[in-house]
Amino acid sequence: MWPLIIVGGIILLVIMSLVGIFNALVRLRNQVDNAWSQIDVQLKRRHDLIPNLVETAKGYMQHERGTFESITKARSEAMGARTVDQASKAEGMLSDALSKFMLVVENYPDLKANQNFLSLQEELTSTENKIAFARQGYNDQVLFYNNKIQMFPSNVVAGMFNFTKREFFEIENAAEREVPKVSFS
Amino acid sequence: MWEQIRVNKRNSVLLLGTMALALAGLGFVMGLAFGGPEGGFIGLIIATAVWLVLMLVSFAAGDQILLASSKAVPVTHEVHPQLFNVVEEMKIAANLPKMPKVYIINEASPNAFATGRSPETASVAVTAGLLAKLNRDELQGVIAHEMSHIVNRDILFVTLAGVMLGSIVLLSQVFLRGMLYGGMGSSRRYSSRSSSNQGGGQIVMVVIALIAAILAPIMAQLLYFALSRRREYLADAGAVRLTRYPEGLASALEKIAGDRTPLEAANKVTAPMYISLPFKGRKAAHLHSTHPPIEERIRILRNMSRGASFKDYSDAYSQTVGRASVIPAGEAKQAEPVELRQASAEGKRETGQRKQMRDVGDIMRKVSGFAFLTCACGIKMKVPPNFKGDQVKCPRCGRISSVHG
Repeated sequence: MWPLIIVGGIILLVIMSLVGIFNALVRLRNQVDNAWSQIDVQLKRRHDLIPNLVETAKGYMQHERGTFESITKARSEAMGARTVDQASKAEGMLSDALSKFMLVVENYPDLKANQNFLSLQEELTSTENKIAFARQGYNDQVLFYNNKIQMFPSNVVAGMFNFTKREFFEIENAAEREVPKVSFS
Repeated sequence: MWEQIRVNKRNSVLLLGTMALALAGLGFVMGLAFGGPEGGFIGLIIATAVWLVLMLVSFAAGDQILLASSKAVPVTHEVHPQLFNVVEEMKIAANLPKMPKVYIINEASPNAFATGRSPETASVAVTAGLLAKLNRDELQGVIAHEMSHIVNRDILFVTLAGVMLGSIVLLSQVFLRGMLYGGMGSSRRYSSRSSSNQGGGQIVMVVIALIAAILAPIMAQLLYFALSRRREYLADAGAVRLTRYPEGLASALEKIAGDRTPLEAANKVTAPMYISLPFKGRKAAHLHSTHPPIEERIRILRNMSRGASFKDYSDAYSQTVGRASVIPAGEAKQAEPVELRQASAEGKRETGQRKQMRDVGDIMRKVSGFAFLTCACGIKMKVPPNFKGDQVKCPRCGRISSVHG
């Protein structure tokens, strides 16, 4: 009688710990997916903010047509992107155009005194940060998840139920790689 | 980050267990002193009952009680968009399941704290003074510090430990008062009923109970402080990990340390929750403070020049303090490359003293429901919430503007 109970107990313990590991893996995978969708939400929010910002700033900055054009162009490219590769390139371009715009704004004190513009600027700064932090958070989650499915004993469960490794997400930032071009046209 | 949470949970259980034992022992000894051999168990039961009630209350509404006693007001995005945005940024960076509730405390002294039972029910409270004095990067550092407390489950620990400490202090206070005013009478009554040799034991018990009643709260407090200091370092390390910008938190701490305005709403129990201890310029604060000296925290942060990982913080800590690190070993070994970032454009903005004072006033008025109107001539008018009329006259140009709309 006793050996049966002991063997049964051990089997029950193993099953319970397997269930625990499986649930932990599922939770981690969901967190990775959730972190990914966070990035999407913030990118979309940035696209929504830009028309308002351009509208408000246009009246004050007649001489910066080139800046506005590059922002609008990058925005429509980013919104029309089909693949992840295209999207990360276009979003990188948009980031560059926006940071250039923010630098130019410093030359227009009237615009900087406009309450409406100030609140738009705060929203845009925050959205830029949120994109960066969402990416950071996503990569952190991927690290936890990948560690978990590679380490013993969870790697056994991961192998049984086909949990696969995830890739890190890097936004292509043209400004960080290219030498700045100076033009006098 | 996982290991940190595990270590924290173990320490919490350890601390709460020790405190529960101390509480039970205190109840037992007091019962013995008051009512003889059978009294010990009655004392034990009373102590347990007090603890259970306080525990249930603090689990159900501990955060609400703490927020209310700090006079924190819940705010929306409109009241202070930047604060809201920064909290949301850090929520995203920390991967919290839910946006914490945001509160503002109407005080000029810069400070902040987080509370709640779990990351799902967390709240962050900052003072109006903090909002006016810090720039965006610094505010981000402070909020990231509070987020780390939420992620590490420190908020539950502080709430529970506070309750434990509170009940131990309460019990020993009741006992000491009882001894002073009525206790002696009751024990004399008891000893007259019993034989004389039992009366001798009674006096010994009373002495032991007295010593226990005096020592228990002090011991409990010391233990609580010892573990809280570590949490502050860990939260600083976590904040840098989230923002990738140690200078933000460092200069925020510098501004907070340099401010001499006392925080009116803080008391002995709520004090350890704040990012910096609210009582300034007291000598005793150095002896058994829940927080490490703020200058040391700043120096550690400024010594982080290579990266923003836990390992980098741990290295900077040993370099600054000269002792082994406070970061759990497994965490410190992970040499993940985490790059530092540059100050944001708005991070460089500095505001003058007068503007800061005006900002504090504006934030406080906004929190208490004032309406802000801008007249066509450019003057800004602040209309109190109890203002009855629909229109106000501009004090400079005399134009009439509508309050609603």
